[in-house]
Amino acid sequence: MGASLLVLMIPILYRIIMGPTGFDRILGVNVIGTKTAVILVIIGTLFDRVDMFVDFAIAYALLNFVGAIVVSRYFNRTVPLQEMEKPKPRRRAKV
Amino acid sequence: MIETIASAALSESANSPGWFLVHSIGVGMGILGLVFFLGTAVGMVRFPDFYTRMHAAGKGDTLSTMLMLAGFGLVMMEDFSAGSWLLLLKILGIVLFIFITTPSSSHALMRAAFEDDEMPLGEKDLKKLRKRGGKPSAR
Repeated sequence: MGASLLVLMIPILYRIIMGPTGFDRILGVNVIGTKTAVILVIIGTLFDRVDMFVDFAIAYALLNFVGAIVVSRYFNRTVPLQEMEKPKPRRRAKV
Repeated sequence: MIETIASAALSESANSPGWFLVHSIGVGMGILGLVFFLGTAVGMVRFPDFYTRMHAAGKGDTLSTMLMLAGFGLVMMEDFSAGSWLLLLKILGIVLFIFITTPSSSHALMRAAFEDDEMPLGEKDLKKLRKRGGKPSAR
């Protein structure tokens, strides 16, 4: 199961490297971080210490969540309410 | 890995059909989680837009992680001792944590992208994309 998880991470690595926007890269990092928690629990069976590795997985999931929230706060421009309600021209998506 | 887990479940509980049922449910949940993660991986590569990619990643990632961890907890369950219950409880704690945090982090990322003027593809953009053979231009 762990090997097939690692193989399935390759397309997400492709999206991280080639991603057109920065948000794609953060999304891929988030997905890989969540799957790393699963892989940590599976690695625990190899060492016969699953109870210890489950704690590692809890810490890793927490760090992953905090990292995603911090990055999205960093990219989010906080504008005041008056400017937010003003109609502003949004640029169209580049195809 | 799946074969070894399945064979371990078979050899451990050949004398008790109840444990064999629990372990095979766990292995089945793990395989189902891998199928959902395959959907996530394909969606991350094939979809044309950031928001559609986020759709694939958010849903498939959450459900596959929950299924795989819960199935793994069922496979690791061997008896009704206190350590075994504690292990299952910890794994279910990770499952609950991921069930709460992954949708909220993808919501925060989506909101940050929308505030940053990343617009979704419209009808005209899709037509343009199809005319070019489905290949997005390099930015």
